[in-house]
Amino acid sequence: MKLRKVLEIIEGKLITKNVDLDMEVQMGCGADLMSDVLAFTHEGTLLMSGLTNPQVVRTAEMAGIKAIVFVRGKVPPPETIALAEEKGIPLLASKYTMFETCGRLYKAGLPSCGLFETSLRRWEEFFEKQEQPK
Amino acid sequence: MSPAQPINARTRKKTVTKLQELAYELKVAQAMTTEVITVSPDTTMAEFREILRANRISGTPVVEGGKMVGIISIEDLIKALASGEVEAKVGDKMTRNPETLYADEPLIHAVSKFERLGYGRFPVIDRDGNLVGILVQGDIVRALLRQLEIEYHEEEIHRYRASHIFEDILADQITLLFRYHIEGGNFTKAGDASSRLKKTLTRLGIDPRIVRRVAIASYEAEMNIVIYAEEGEITAEVQPGQIRIIAADKGPGIPDIEKAMEPGFSTAPEWVRELGFGAGMGLPNIQNCSDEMKLESTVGVGTRLEILIYLPSATQ
Repeated sequence: MKLRKVLEIIEGKLITKNVDLDMEVQMGCGADLMSDVLAFTHEGTLLMSGLTNPQVVRTAEMAGIKAIVFVRGKVPPPETIALAEEKGIPLLASKYTMFETCGRLYKAGLPSCGLFETSLRRWEEFFEKQEQPK
Repeated sequence: MSPAQPINARTRKKTVTKLQELAYELKVAQAMTTEVITVSPDTTMAEFREILRANRISGTPVVEGGKMVGIISIEDLIKALASGEVEAKVGDKMTRNPETLYADEPLIHAVSKFERLGYGRFPVIDRDGNLVGILVQGDIVRALLRQLEIEYHEEEIHRYRASHIFEDILADQITLLFRYHIEGGNFTKAGDASSRLKKTLTRLGIDPRIVRRVAIASYEAEMNIVIYAEEGEITAEVQPGQIRIIAADKGPGIPDIEKAMEPGFSTAPEWVRELGFGAGMGLPNIQNCSDEMKLESTVGVGTRLEILIYLPSATQ
């Protein structure tokens, strides 16, 4: 999905300058916990977050996140914007909640990052062990 | 049940995850057949049978005046044959308003649509509603295999480039060493070392997926130093076959390493949590990214974390 389309769907605004609106994002992730962003995303992800400090941009850089949407009308401080412009990571703003921002994009066809090995392992350890017939 | 079964299940899941990843990356347009054979509503079922036979296909979209009006398949033909209606028009036997796929949709949507609806084919349209292709299940398999092959070739090139530097330098043993100083408590700079390391490894031509794992592990380690220690150092040793990251700090140390490794366990203060860290996921994340991990700590002195990430190397 192109950033142009993302902005349209979430009725959002651009925060950083010189953004290529034809940039494609392949999938979405909503998280405020940066360690979760590092563990549960792939290259090419669009990140939805309520956190606005520069670490969000750093995290995006490490994880290969393509662009970030700040939800709940949050506007990041100047140092976050400066770092994002330096790293070439577009920042977008949405006035909607995390749930609604993600929901609008998912409904419009932006897929999630899928299932993860670590999640499945925890799931199996907790649920499937109990259900195993003797 | 044999005891080996859980391992098989895990391997299968891993493969499925990789294919899923590809299915997210690929678009329907990259898998579909663009030369679509179509019929008009006036075609008779007998003619339609000939078209299927001659082209060895099992269904086609029905087009009238450049617009798709329906879809007709071999099942419709069989029904028509059974009731002796070979001269019936396709327009009367076709399915109207067929389910379609958009050319720019991720391929994973097509996979789930095939599973959900059980149809043999989907016409593919662009966002203006024009018919641009057709997708059968075999197309998906072919596209995934093609992509796997491309990625495999890319990986070969990456391996070649990465190993090249080691071939150009003549020595019995080569280690490239990158060292970064980390300031404790400096959140403005936190992540800068890992950022530079990521860039360096990319320039060395190392596989982007490996670089991503190194960057994530190094970044979590860097955050730990910034959060807890007075100062520290991250060293990356790149050798043919492996990358070793050592994150060492002068700090309070970890009293109970086993406890610290538990997902969700954290001693981070509230202000760190407000930054999106300190939820006890750092060390488990590092472990997930690494092939080997060693954590040593002395309370009141400092902590030393060493991780190994294997490089697919031509020489090994």
